[in-house]
Amino acid sequence: MFGFSRPQAIAFLVMVVLVAGAPFVLYPVFLMKVLCFALFACAFNLLIGYVGLLSFGHAAYFGMGGYVAGYAAKAWGFTPELAILAGTIAGGLLGTVFGWLAIRRQGIYFAMITLALGQMAYFFCLQAPFTGGEDGIQQIPRGKLFGLFSLQSDLAMYAVVAVLFLFGFLLVHRVVHSPFGQILKAIRENEPRATSLGYRTDSYKLAAFIISCALAGLAGGTKSLVFGIATLTDVHNAMSGEVVLMTLLGGLGTIFGPVMGALIATAMENYLAQAGAWVTVIQGVIFIACVIAFRKGVIGVIADKLKIHL
Amino acid sequence: MTISRRTLIASAAASTVPLAAARAQKPTLKIGVLTDLAGPYQDIVGPLAVEAARQAVEDFGVASKGYAVEILVGDHQNKPDIGAGISRQWYDRDGVDIVVEGGSSAVALAASEVARDKNKVYINSGGATSDLTGIRCNANTLHWVYDTFMLGRSTGGALVGAGGTSWFFITADYAFGHALTRDVSGFVEAAGGKVVGKVATPFPATTDFSSYLLQAQASGAKVIGLANAGADTINCIKQAKEFGITQTLGGLLVFISDIHSLGLAVAQGLACTESFYWDLNERTRAFSARIRKRVPERRLGMAQAGTYSSVLHYLKAAEAMGIAEAKKDGALTTARLKAMPADDDVFGAGIIRPDGRKLHPSYLFEVKKPSESKGPWDYYKVMATTPSDQAFRPIKDGACPLIKA
Repeated sequence: MFGFSRPQAIAFLVMVVLVAGAPFVLYPVFLMKVLCFALFACAFNLLIGYVGLLSFGHAAYFGMGGYVAGYAAKAWGFTPELAILAGTIAGGLLGTVFGWLAIRRQGIYFAMITLALGQMAYFFCLQAPFTGGEDGIQQIPRGKLFGLFSLQSDLAMYAVVAVLFLFGFLLVHRVVHSPFGQILKAIRENEPRATSLGYRTDSYKLAAFIISCALAGLAGGTKSLVFGIATLTDVHNAMSGEVVLMTLLGGLGTIFGPVMGALIATAMENYLAQAGAWVTVIQGVIFIACVIAFRKGVIGVIADKLKIHL
Repeated sequence: MTISRRTLIASAAASTVPLAAARAQKPTLKIGVLTDLAGPYQDIVGPLAVEAARQAVEDFGVASKGYAVEILVGDHQNKPDIGAGISRQWYDRDGVDIVVEGGSSAVALAASEVARDKNKVYINSGGATSDLTGIRCNANTLHWVYDTFMLGRSTGGALVGAGGTSWFFITADYAFGHALTRDVSGFVEAAGGKVVGKVATPFPATTDFSSYLLQAQASGAKVIGLANAGADTINCIKQAKEFGITQTLGGLLVFISDIHSLGLAVAQGLACTESFYWDLNERTRAFSARIRKRVPERRLGMAQAGTYSSVLHYLKAAEAMGIAEAKKDGALTTARLKAMPADDDVFGAGIIRPDGRKLHPSYLFEVKKPSESKGPWDYYKVMATTPSDQAFRPIKDGACPLIKA
């Protein structure tokens, strides 16, 4: 199913059980944050892990998704599923424009273009009246799912977030293990060779870019509904850096890596919050240690030890 | 080292076992102090506000009573999402009953929403926006110390009266800066002055104000209104001095800690408004003597002293209601807080309006010359006092939805 190998299927089932059981043990709002970031990191991993494109401006799509979903829910009275859909579409559209520009260059130039465009998106959000500047969009209602089920309770909201996360996770997995995904990986390994085999690599890269951005928008939109607030934090380039950190910590190019990375990074932020400004320093040290000592990330190392592919 | 599948699974399972938190036997009131511990506002609220809250618990004599009071501290980093996240977590997971201080205005508005959602209590002392008791007021929030309207009337009015008829604003680009600019502009225009321009500066990231100051200089306005606070105001005043700007600098929100940072040589003659000064009267001196055991080096500004006052008032009301009752329903507790007259060493006697606005007098101070200052922290002389019924915006002008209903 979905191109899972046996160990992957087992790991997926374990993850589903953990996702389903966790809110009864841990604080649901914290878990929802983890799941939103996990989805964001999965979207990012689709690009860097499977197409080899390092986007340095992914916060733009995440944050814009959050703003649009928040605005739609608050000002236009959209129901939550439509608001999140609006956020997803906003991420996808922004990704179409930015991606169309950025994929014309490779390597460091690609990364720099995405960084520059991401910063432009940040300044747009800082100045545009609808985002509320430094205040952000506050008082975003969670509303009623399909106009029927109130999401006011954290557990109801958690169920929605969990379903969206699993949907996004499976979508990424499906994309990676489809014929389309095979071509993406071929481009990652050797782009001129993929071209010589007759593939229009630019179209494939753009398609992957748009999928990734739309999923980032989905994650951002969900997050803004969960917390009832959409702010500049989510479009800031520090967020772009954070998603790189999560993906690398968990394991680049592994399907479970970004989820693990998001869990570790968010837990660090949450439980080390007492350390104040030191959190950033600690994150930096862990990042360096991770890149030097185990480059494949937590999941990558575990997979190697067990001689399986996760 | 080789890791087998079995040990891996076992350790993964073990790591999910939750840590069971031991619960105290005595009923406990939990107070969360949400503040800026390391950012531009750390000196005007920050660690001293936390100490002030602890002092209130000590002064109320909680140690000898049948219940306990626990104080939690959180750093909102001046970001509304972080502030809202911390207060949500406090209410949900740590059983916090009331959040106090709550720092800058954007955070204050967000924290106030969370308190309403969770039906708890929020008393703001550091935030300034008058929207907190205006269009954004709710039944779970009190605004304790000062607001942009009070500053506009006192400092703004005084500057216009002294001949400052044209204004240029340097505004911190968030809820507080905009509210302050709006409220002061209202007073300037009502007095026949005019606003010739304004520029918004990113917050909290701006440290170099030179381009904004030069814009202000070029505008030819008589007064440069500084609609910002803390480190931003200090930087503006210092940099204006370095550029040789001769226009009047209207520091609209200046705290005693800012004067201390600037030094009397730079700050002398500045007009500023606070509702508390340590050397104001017998009671403020008595309070300052008590808290000096905790913070020997510094004197408190109004936002920090206000944290003391708000915590003390809450403890009085909670005890009067009964601890179990006070923990139950935030809106009811807030109603009780409003109904009780307040009285403490910081602000003296005062009342709380139905829209959540605490009323007490505000004072217009002038910063002393170095030659006039008799000792450390002897910085202010009183220029004017606005009585409590006139210091704040009339309740009918606030458009608070609680009042219409």
